[in-house]
Parts: sequence; structure tokens; C-alpha cells
Amino acid sequence: MGLARFLVRRILTGIIVLWIVATGTFFLFFARPVQIVARELAGRAATPQIINEVIRNLGLDQPIMVQYWHFLGNTAHGDFGFSYFTGEAVKTILAQDLPITASVVVGGVVLWLIVGLAVGILSATRARSLFDRVSTVGVLAGISMPVFVLGELLIIGVFLPLNQHGISWIQTGYYPLSQGLIPWMGHMVLPWITLAAVQAAVYTRLSRGSLLDTMGEDYIRTARAKGLSEARVIYRHGLRAALTPVVSQLGIDIGALLGGVIVVEQVFGLPGLGSDSVQAIATGNLPVIIGFVLLASVFVVAANIIVDMSYALLDPRVRIS
Amino acid sequence: MSLTELEFQAHAAEAAPEQAVEGRSQWQLTWRRLRHDKVAMASVAVIAFMVVLAIGAPLFARLIGHGVYQAFTNTGLSSAGIPVGPGKHGFLLGTDYIGRDLLVRVLYGARISLYVGILTTALATLAGVSIGLVAGYFGGWIDSVLARFIDTVLAFPFIVLALALAAILGPSLSIVIGVITFFSWAGISRIVRGQTLSVKEKEYIEAARSIGAGPWRIMFIDILPNLMGPVLVLATLYIPTAIVFEATLSFLGIGIPAPTASWGGMLSEAQNYYQVAWWYVVFPATALLITTLAFNLLGDGVRDAMDPRTERIFAASKKRGKRKGTADPGALPSLTVSELGE
Repeated sequence: MGLARFLVRRILTGIIVLWIVATGTFFLFFARPVQIVARELAGRAATPQIINEVIRNLGLDQPIMVQYWHFLGNTAHGDFGFSYFTGEAVKTILAQDLPITASVVVGGVVLWLIVGLAVGILSATRARSLFDRVSTVGVLAGISMPVFVLGELLIIGVFLPLNQHGISWIQTGYYPLSQGLIPWMGHMVLPWITLAAVQAAVYTRLSRGSLLDTMGEDYIRTARAKGLSEARVIYRHGLRAALTPVVSQLGIDIGALLGGVIVVEQVFGLPGLGSDSVQAIATGNLPVIIGFVLLASVFVVAANIIVDMSYALLDPRVRIS
Repeated sequence: MSLTELEFQAHAAEAAPEQAVEGRSQWQLTWRRLRHDKVAMASVAVIAFMVVLAIGAPLFARLIGHGVYQAFTNTGLSSAGIPVGPGKHGFLLGTDYIGRDLLVRVLYGARISLYVGILTTALATLAGVSIGLVAGYFGGWIDSVLARFIDTVLAFPFIVLALALAAILGPSLSIVIGVITFFSWAGISRIVRGQTLSVKEKEYIEAARSIGAGPWRIMFIDILPNLMGPVLVLATLYIPTAIVFEATLSFLGIGIPAPTASWGGMLSEAQNYYQVAWWYVVFPATALLITTLAFNLLGDGVRDAMDPRTERIFAASKKRGKRKGTADPGALPSLTVSELGE
């Protein structure tokens, strides 16, 4: 099957990309004087004894290619070393953070796609209506709005007043989903809105333009001419082709999404991957940063493969090759 | 003056019908339409105002009498050690967490934002146009390699690289400029490459080649002027993106290092004072929003003014008749910027 071969090839290229990222990361972090690397890995308050121990334990005194080989082997097993503040395995930290980040990302992406596509379609099918004009203004405001500014304004304008008036459903911080759906949503609703708003604006603009273009195509006229209902023409024939640029944009935005998640976690005090890696920068906790960079690359590569596949499934004109 | 240009002009003169109507270049037409666009003109005014504030920041600081790094621990903080509100003790917009004048900080923040926004956009445009022209004009394996590279950069999570670099080298202004530039040129390259692919098939390029013009000459003298429209629109829209980018990096603590005043950095410091100092969030946030909104509105205005097919949604109902008068599609070159509607 074409699809299976396509998938295998994409996964192989994905692995090559990851190898390049891992190699780049390794040389960026480790191809420096041994003493500096050891001191950074050992933490700020390390004594010379600890530094020497670190050099021995990590094999930093070995030739760089030997180290590189070890690094690749460890990375392939998901072993990124240990945080030198808590001594915890980086793998464990990442595993703890993942559900929090996943909560933010999944809810945010669902919300932004629903809002972005719905508003975009309504604007396109009612071009120049009042709704269309209001949404155009909203889109411009959304595009100009940095994620963290929206987050801070939501805290000041929504979270604080509501809680002062005794409405405490909406919260900041994290609450595990396993301990209750409703409070989990209460903690997540502001992060979701923050993450989704800016992107929803981009997708509104994109889906509106794309649908307007598609509706001018010949095959739409054919569909109308053979007597299909307008709803069927729009949602069955028009929308499907109009979605392809939206999907490919989604592939491009996965990188931006990662940035958005880091900011959202930082603003709302969610102890996920993003805020932990920012904290790791502030404290110089290198193993955590390396782990985060590599994990993030895995996600980006995987998401791009999924996007490419759905791209081919959506538009029959796109041939998998 | 080269033979290419002479020939081209001669050809143009021949082709032009004798007419009493005054000929207008695309730029003149664009400017005419832009001038009638109230939103775009208001944006220009706001941007000019911001530039004046940014350039004059040291002057304003002297007039107010508060230095940008000067902490007023006595008058600038309440007895409990929290920032004082707007209008108190001569602080027009209040103070920050160590009692510095927020107004002066916001003014100095404009310097960083505009400097980074404009400089990175200029660098990214330069790189993006050059790479896009080379990829589109030469084609073949050069194009394949460059197109792949462009796609990779577009899909790369910028924040990850920024984090890694900040971790190793420590945050600094030059890293911010480097990272933003590195992640901005690719979008411009993609548009320029696409346009170059179509423009290079035109007859006048063939004519230039046939009289012996070299590839660089054709790219930069014959093709590039045709692409200036879309590039200008993109560049205008990249400035606010770069400003938001810088603010985000500074907010995360991997951008402009303290104590330099930057809007993102101020909003980051304000995080611990939500409950007691709303002004600490609201004023830097407003400055940031006004600036990015103005650049976005201007970019949209320039795009609409350049594309004869666009009818501005705001103006469509009122000015439709008038617009048809000024926008004569026949008078404009075939190149449009409608592809830019991201």
C-alpha cells in the first residue's frame, strides 16, 4: 500500500531528523572544555571533589566520540541523566510533567480549531455581514496580542475579580484530571483560552480566506448546478478542500504551539514541561534542558507526520509521494 | 545605464499608447489608496508617536527627573514595600517592584521593542529575499536544498533553540536578535521564491538573458523590483511579530536581561504583583498591544492598497464607488499580493 510505504519513509526521515537534533544538542552542550561542562552539570555550589566525581561518572575525560556514542545510546533509551538539584532522573521529571502539558495542549488545540474554524466558516458564508466585520476586528486584535499578555489580563480581569466575589471554580495552578473532571476544567479553562485565542485568530483568517477561494472554483459551480443544497455544497464539497491549507498550517504551528505552552504554563503557574525547562534555564540545570529539547523534537517530528498524513487523506488531489 | 535597461525602456515607450491620461506607477497608486485609508493613516501616526517616544526616552526621563535604573525606595514604594499607584508621589504611571518610575521604564521599553522589531525585520528581509531569489532563479538542486531548509526552519520550534542558546551563552540582546532573525527569514524566502519562479519565465527576463546579463544582475536588478510589493507587506507584518517574539523571550527570562527595561521583562516582573499593582501589568501591556496592533493594521492597509482586487471590509459598504474610481485594474502590473493573506 502507498500509505504504509509513505508512513515508513516518513518515520525513517523523522528518525534522521531526531538524530541530527540529538547530535546538534550534544555538540552544543558537551563539546566545550571539560571543566566548564562538569561544573555546569554539577551545579553552582559544587566543590572540586564533586566536579572531579562528575567528570569520572559521566566519562567526560574520555574522547569526545566515545562520549557522543554513549550519549546517543542513553538518549535512545530515554535516559537523559539526573537533575542535580533533586537527584531525580530527568526521565521521571519529564514523565511527571507530561500530563500537565498534555492537558494544556489538547484542550487548547481543540478549542482553537473549533473557534477558529467555526468563526472562519461563518464569516466566509456571510461575507461582509456584521458578524464578518466584528470577527475581522477580533482577528486583528487577537493576532496583535502576545500570549502572555492575554494570560496576565485574564488573571487580573477574570480570575482575581471572580475569586474576590466568591466564585472559585476558575483557578490557576494544576489539578490532576484523575481527581475530578470539573475542578480540572476549572483549572484549565483560562490556560486553554489563552493558548487558543491568538491561534484561533490566525485560523479564522486562514479558513475564511481559504473557503472564500474554494467557493469560487468550478467544481463548486458544478455541485450547485446539479442541484445540491447550499449546506451540502459548503460543508461537503467546499469545506473539505478548504481545510487543506488549514491542516498544513497546523503542521507549521506545532513549533509555535510549543512556545505558547511554555508561556501559558509560566503565566498560570502550571508545573509542566515548559515551566520546568524555563526554571532549568534559570538555575542552569543542563540535563533537564537537554531532555526537554529532545522530547520537544520528538513531538514536533511525530506531529508533522500525522499532519502530512491527514493532509493526504483530506484532499484527494494530494498524492502521497 | 546598461543595454538591458535601455532596451526595456524603449520597449515600454513603444508599447505605451498615446494618451492624455497621466501615467502613474504602482507605488503612486498604492500611496494614493493608502492615504485615503483612515485606519492605516492612524496606524502611521501611532507608530510615529511611538518612535518619537522611543528616541526621546532619555530626554523625557530627564524632564521627569527619574532615571531608568533609579530606584526610589522612599517615595516609590509604600511602607509595606509594594509599588505605589499612578499619580502618587509624582509617578505618573506608578512604580515597579523596586520603586522605579514605570513611565520612564515603559518609554525605554519602546526603544528595545522598536529596535529589535525593525532591525531583525531588516536583517530577515535581506536574508529572506536573497535566499528566495537564489532558490527560485537557479532552481535544480540548489532550489531543492534551500526549499527543504526553508521548510525545516518554518517547522522548527524556535523557543527550543532560544532556550538552548540562552542556557549555554546566557541571555543577551545579540542572542535575541540572532534567534528572531533566524526564524523570520524563511517565511519571506518562501514567498520570494514562489514569485521568482513565475517572474523568471517572463519575456523580459529572457530578453535580458539573451543580451548577456548575468544571473546576479537579472535577479537583483530585473526581478527584485517586481517583488518589492509583497516583500514590503510581509516586512510590515513581520515587525509586530518580532516585537511579540522579543517580549515573549524577555518574559520567559531568556531575552533582554535585567535591568534593561523591556516590556516583556516588566510584565514578567509584574507577575508577583497582580493583586496589589494592576498598573504594573496594564501599562506595559497596553504599550505592547498598541504598537503591535498599529503595525498589523498598517500592514493590512498596505496590502489592501497594493492589491487592486481587495475591497477593504471596513470601507466596502461606504466607499465602494470611490474605490472603483481609483483602482483601475488595467493600470497595474499583474503581480498581486493576494497570496500574502495568511
